[in-house]
Amino acid sequence: MKKFLMATAAAALSAGAASADDHAVKVGIILGFTGPIESLTPHMAGGAEMAMSEVTESGKLLGGKAVEPVRADSTCIDAGAASAAAERLITAEGVKGIMGADCSGVTGAVLSNVAVPNGMVMISPSATSPALSDAEDDGLFFRTAPSDARQGEVLAQVLMDRGIESVAVTYTNNDYGKGLADSFAAAYEAAGGEVTTTAAHEDGKADYSAEVGALAAAGGDALVVAGYVDQGGPGVIRASLDSGAFDRFVLPDGMIGSALEDTFGDEIDGSVGTVPGTESPGADKMLEMAEAAGIDGTSPYVGESYDAAALILLAMQAAGSVEPGDYKASIMDVANAPGEEIFPGELGKALEILAGGGDIDYVGATDVELIGPGESAGSYREIVIEDGELTTAGYR
Amino acid sequence: MDLLNAVVALSNFVLVPAIAYGSQLALGALGVTLIYGILRFSNFAHGDTMAFGTMVTILFTWALQAWGVSFGPLPTALLALPFGIAACMALLLATDRVVYRFYREQKAKPVILVIVSIGVMFIMNGLVRFIIGPGDQRFADGERFIISARDFKEMTGLDEGLAIKTTQGITVVTAVIVVALLFWFLNRTRTGKSMRAYSDNEDLALLSGINPDRVVMVTWLIVAALATVAGVLYGLDKSFKPFTYFQLLLPVFASAIVGGLGSPLGAIAGGFIIAFSEVMITYAWKKVLGYTLPESLEPEGLVQLLSTDYKFAVSFVILLIVLLFRPTGLFRGKAV
Repeated sequence: MKKFLMATAAAALSAGAASADDHAVKVGIILGFTGPIESLTPHMAGGAEMAMSEVTESGKLLGGKAVEPVRADSTCIDAGAASAAAERLITAEGVKGIMGADCSGVTGAVLSNVAVPNGMVMISPSATSPALSDAEDDGLFFRTAPSDARQGEVLAQVLMDRGIESVAVTYTNNDYGKGLADSFAAAYEAAGGEVTTTAAHEDGKADYSAEVGALAAAGGDALVVAGYVDQGGPGVIRASLDSGAFDRFVLPDGMIGSALEDTFGDEIDGSVGTVPGTESPGADKMLEMAEAAGIDGTSPYVGESYDAAALILLAMQAAGSVEPGDYKASIMDVANAPGEEIFPGELGKALEILAGGGDIDYVGATDVELIGPGESAGSYREIVIEDGELTTAGYR
Repeated sequence: MDLLNAVVALSNFVLVPAIAYGSQLALGALGVTLIYGILRFSNFAHGDTMAFGTMVTILFTWALQAWGVSFGPLPTALLALPFGIAACMALLLATDRVVYRFYREQKAKPVILVIVSIGVMFIMNGLVRFIIGPGDQRFADGERFIISARDFKEMTGLDEGLAIKTTQGITVVTAVIVVALLFWFLNRTRTGKSMRAYSDNEDLALLSGINPDRVVMVTWLIVAALATVAGVLYGLDKSFKPFTYFQLLLPVFASAIVGGLGSPLGAIAGGFIIAFSEVMITYAWKKVLGYTLPESLEPEGLVQLLSTDYKFAVSFVILLIVLLFRPTGLFRGKAV
């Protein structure tokens, strides 16, 4: 009992201390620290915390406020647990903005169950589901990752430019694969291409010759494989090559990886693909900074996480307030032109410009350009496989 | 010309894969049927026995490759096969000594032995995953194709290609050899005849002086060889993953039951029936019909009866139909 009382007293004290401290602003980081992407999230959180400590050290946020990150676990798959964690961040920790969540499913749940009712701003670094574009968000939700709908469009454009006008599509049977296949098919048909058939494949089978048989019956100049490079994708390609059904493949981001070069070499020469990427000098700068901070900057979505956290803080400065209701309208302003371009490591300079009433165009690590309902326009690297190697054909 | 194209397309996507898959199933089903006929229970551990034998073969294949030994155009795994069979034999004899013999001496009912075999299945399952891991392993090397689709097209000038993989060729040849050896053994040798006698009537066989321990041991040895050969052929042709071998249990049992449990000939027929049904029902017939039918009748859709996701459902349905209408199977095996 005594311990319980002491713990309660301590908790009350610390809560009181937090609310009394005018010089710190808390920002929540809600990512799946346990669950299917637990190997990626520590780097992503590290990226976001880098931006926060950069701002704290500059001492220029709203007259010298410090930024204090608070981590919470989204689990990536359990909507209930993620909502509870977000609720805790807002009610118990009193965060003023949320960097997260990560996976599309939990992000949608946290947004509708917690963020919108509480009027909290959320910027997700990695939720790519097209469904989130139409989510009811009261202008509170943004993402620094592009929607998969965008990748579908880019991929369709790549194919049309290369004169591939009829394809068969197979996708891995989950939200990612289905969403991507649908958005690609819509964009491709709108551009005048023909999708001969669309069929799902299950990951982790020994043999895909039956699936390929059905795809081959429908025909097409190439086969779009919207799957994973370490799952069923290579099996589908192998069965297609073996049976002579297809020898040219179209590979979205999940299929681009060095494992592809190792497995197939020059057997799939002439295949094309897309993967998020940018030529912006911000990306190199980000890698350098991450390395100095001991984070793996090449891990996916680290740059997006840095940018998401930076956008929250810059918007606070622009609005002159830490309240989500005040600064939510400033996020689009700081992210887009006009104004001075801001790269990673220049957050102090940006805060100074904003304090002086100037305008900035945040470029960041991933060439941030927010469009439509507040999501990244997305720039992609166009990949062509030549002599058994993934080569960059350009950026879109 | 169109008709030729149709035949080639059909061979490429249906006949050749189904014959190879059917041979693999037949070898697996022979093992199940032998155990059922002689030891009188359904061995649920059979899929994982296949996985164990294959795993040992893979490990020896890697060792041979590391020593620079190869088998020319044929896969190195064929050289490693005897080691896999030997290890699998040792495992099955040990299992019999430790587990099954106890229940045999108790004269346990078949249903108890079935449940015991499920326990053995889980242990083997864990053993294989523990040693080689749950992931995918590819161990095929040597020449990939007897004839590749591209070469075939160039040779014949047809629109459709026909690919025959080396592994498919090896599967069929090996299956024929193994089955011939098995039938010779069962019908011509003294031990084989004593096994059949034991299977037909245990008491009569014992009265005429047949040594039951010897029959049981020889059965396990043969089953180990069959399971390993079937597993290695499947792994060479497709890929090795412990979970897919566990899943193979269903089509293998369906083959054995369709053919008639306890009947070796039935197991072979059952294997091919299951394989052809699975492949033909999930194949999209659009291309073949497009070549054979006049243009006005050409199908718009894919003409696919069932999506490939339902492959295993096909074995299930055949199993149900056979059990309902002809419980002894096509070749008059024992009733289940």
